[in-house]
Amino acid sequence: MVSAVTSRGGEHASALRSFLKRAAQFVVVLVTTLLGLIAVTFFIGRVVPIDPVIAIVGDRAPPQVYERARAELGLDKPLIEQFAIYVKKAVTGDFGNSVLTTNPVMTDIANVFPATLELATLGTIIGTLIGIPLGVLAAVRRGTLIDQVVRFLGLVGYSIPIFWLGLMGLLFFYAKLGWVAGPGRIDVTYSYLYTPVTGIVLIDTLLQGQMDAFWDAVSHVLLPACLLGYFSLAYISRMTRSFMLNELAQEYVIAARVKGLSEFRVIWRHALRNAAVPLITVIALSYANLLEGSVLTETVFAWPGLGQYITNSLQNADMNAVLGGTIVIGTVFVLLNLVSDLLYRLLDPRTR
Amino acid sequence: MKRLPKFILSAAMVTAMATSFTAVKAATPPDTLVQAWQSDDIISLDPAEVFELSASEILGNTYERLIQYDITDVSKISGQAAESWTVSDDGKTYTFKLRPNRKFASGNPITAEDAVYSLQRAVALDKSPAFILGQFGLTKDNVKDKIKQTGPLELTIEVDKPYAPTLVLYCLGNSVASIVDKKLLVQNEKDSDYGYNWLKTHYAGSGPYIMRDWKANEVIVLERNPNYEKKTPLARVIFRHIKETASQRLLLEKGDIDVARSLNPEEIDAVAKNPDVKIQSAPKGTVYYLGLNQKNPNLAKPEVRQALKYLVDYAAIADTIMKYKGVVHQNFLPKGFLGATTTNPYKLDVAKAKELLAKAGLKDGFSVTMDTRSTAEITGIAQAMQSTFAQAGIKLEILPMDSKQALTKYRARQHDIYIGNWGSDYQDPNSNADTFAANDDNSDNAKAKPLAWRNAWDPGPLTAKTRAAVMERDAEKRAEMYKELQKAVLDDGPFVIFLQQTEVAAVRKNVQNFILGPSFSDNDVSQTKKN
Repeated sequence: MVSAVTSRGGEHASALRSFLKRAAQFVVVLVTTLLGLIAVTFFIGRVVPIDPVIAIVGDRAPPQVYERARAELGLDKPLIEQFAIYVKKAVTGDFGNSVLTTNPVMTDIANVFPATLELATLGTIIGTLIGIPLGVLAAVRRGTLIDQVVRFLGLVGYSIPIFWLGLMGLLFFYAKLGWVAGPGRIDVTYSYLYTPVTGIVLIDTLLQGQMDAFWDAVSHVLLPACLLGYFSLAYISRMTRSFMLNELAQEYVIAARVKGLSEFRVIWRHALRNAAVPLITVIALSYANLLEGSVLTETVFAWPGLGQYITNSLQNADMNAVLGGTIVIGTVFVLLNLVSDLLYRLLDPRTR
Repeated sequence: MKRLPKFILSAAMVTAMATSFTAVKAATPPDTLVQAWQSDDIISLDPAEVFELSASEILGNTYERLIQYDITDVSKISGQAAESWTVSDDGKTYTFKLRPNRKFASGNPITAEDAVYSLQRAVALDKSPAFILGQFGLTKDNVKDKIKQTGPLELTIEVDKPYAPTLVLYCLGNSVASIVDKKLLVQNEKDSDYGYNWLKTHYAGSGPYIMRDWKANEVIVLERNPNYEKKTPLARVIFRHIKETASQRLLLEKGDIDVARSLNPEEIDAVAKNPDVKIQSAPKGTVYYLGLNQKNPNLAKPEVRQALKYLVDYAAIADTIMKYKGVVHQNFLPKGFLGATTTNPYKLDVAKAKELLAKAGLKDGFSVTMDTRSTAEITGIAQAMQSTFAQAGIKLEILPMDSKQALTKYRARQHDIYIGNWGSDYQDPNSNADTFAANDDNSDNAKAKPLAWRNAWDPGPLTAKTRAAVMERDAEKRAEMYKELQKAVLDDGPFVIFLQQTEVAAVRKNVQNFILGPSFSDNDVSQTKKN
């Protein structure tokens, strides 16, 4: 008995230790990733042959205004010193001000990120809910017409430029049929009916009971979300198909069939559950890609998200904003990796 | 597998249900004008700082200045907040009398104190457009003595030299000289910043509209100013930032916006056929030009400069790539400015160009590069020039680059040819003469970087002539001086000026009195209405 108790205590302690170890590992990964990102982005940003001062004061500013702005940016200091100052401030959460909007970069990102989050989440949900069944179907009906159709759909979704699809979608569903609303997040008529709290229009309008505004927001988000959904569906269905083919060739599937389980059960309960483990990573990566902000979709649909923000900053040599955006994206990737890691453990007992 | 059709059917049903809620779309509200434009250039809405086209249009509709000009004939100058003004005999002191009983949108009365504060503030903050006032000898240190309140509704401005009064008045009509609400700004002041950090995103004016809300890269909302004497017919004007021009077109044709501001020529051709849409346009104070760097030994030859002026197919560019967006114009003063010359002597003449090149000892042509911003229109123009240059044996290599990158290189004088445009900073001819025809110091480390300097061109006596023109108080004589300057630059200058910009907007037919003026701050929606 005594030995059993100690051993259980030991188990707890070792579990805790391994948890702490993993947590420490995670922090190290996060910090090194971010530091690396900052360093690379920072130095690339300083090497590009663009004068960031012009972005602030414009082309016509008199010399003294130009010089003052240059000094304010700290650009008169040596490169290494500039980097040290930047990192020091970044550690305290100060990523500097965007020269374009003059707001703190993180305030700007907090403003634009919810828009991207809204679109990316819906896109991923659509892509997953449709992509997985299609992939399973293609695997089960391998080589049949259904498989070919799914493959064709996937290829189309993956290879046609998304802005073109977006424009065609607008032309057809908005201009011709009038099923959905046009570019923008919400109609101007509704845009002042609610106060932004989360920044996610769908949630804000719903929470404040503005149902008209909510449905208007739905009709605005539907087309771009379906488009992004289609884009991720293409990828997810292809991967699902290949994972499923792999599983369906395994012996346990044959055993299940021999046991007389229904085909439905074999495929959806047994094979898919095993295929789901690697699928998590695929979905997480595709989600992270969408969270980066899909510049083209955001441009076509006048969606004020992260993609547009970073692109615009890049074009204007607004390096603080670009660095801030890069760090946010880096964090998103690392966090999603962590989440998919945790889900892995949940779904696959072997990894525990 | 029966599941497939069922699944698709149910998905289709869900989609149909979700969309049917919004199947009926209304047009924009009758008391609201909705415009789509590209406003990612806006960094501030403080008149002391605004130097960008989109923001100056917002200021034009929301603030008042002492002076205004008639947008159909800019030579007609009149008072806006000022009732009358006088210029002292020595030409150095301007006295303005404000109109009585006027109020800001906040309800505070408009007094000479506000006007004095506004001008002092613009000079003291010393942001990008401050030189428009600073060029009259006003500095941070002396501005409190030079601009003074002399009565409840009276103020004086003292300039350092007897400038042409038109120059001073045009500059006082610029958005940097907008009158701001002193009381309101003092309330929002922090660390004696003249309320700058607050006003960047807020409003303190007296114009026809109030700036109610600005969300960067998303929307700007103007609302009727109840204290403005000539009440606006519309309750609000909304400017939506829609980067993609094809999306603007769809929104316009669908009636979800009333005005589309950034359509390209093909899209304008297409919407012009829509019976609900009309096309409006106005010449702007911007000219398109090639800058020929005189550090390049070939481009430094006068015959080569002239040959290139004969190697541009002006008409073809204006009729195709820049259709609706520009008209042929070869002088540095845009049409509509005092003294602007409107004759365009050059046209594509390959034989003449070849003759000139032979004279320069370059019978077989030469190779040269052109820094080209990668926008569709600039690239298109550059390609057109590439083919006409080639006809005379000049091999033009186009170097596509980002606009800020091209500008950085240009300002360092490292280009061969730069293709760009120049918009006037204020409505006076000196704004362009100062940059195209004057260069006080052509050395590499000169402080000022006018276009003449950027192309390493020493205009010789033209610099002195440009300086003299701003002192000429007789408007007719002054116009004559600018005509001479334009002729000299046209004949021998390192600039191939080929177009004057036209701004074009596609407007729903039910919109009336939507006005595009000669400069962006003159684009006026104050009397716009909808039927």
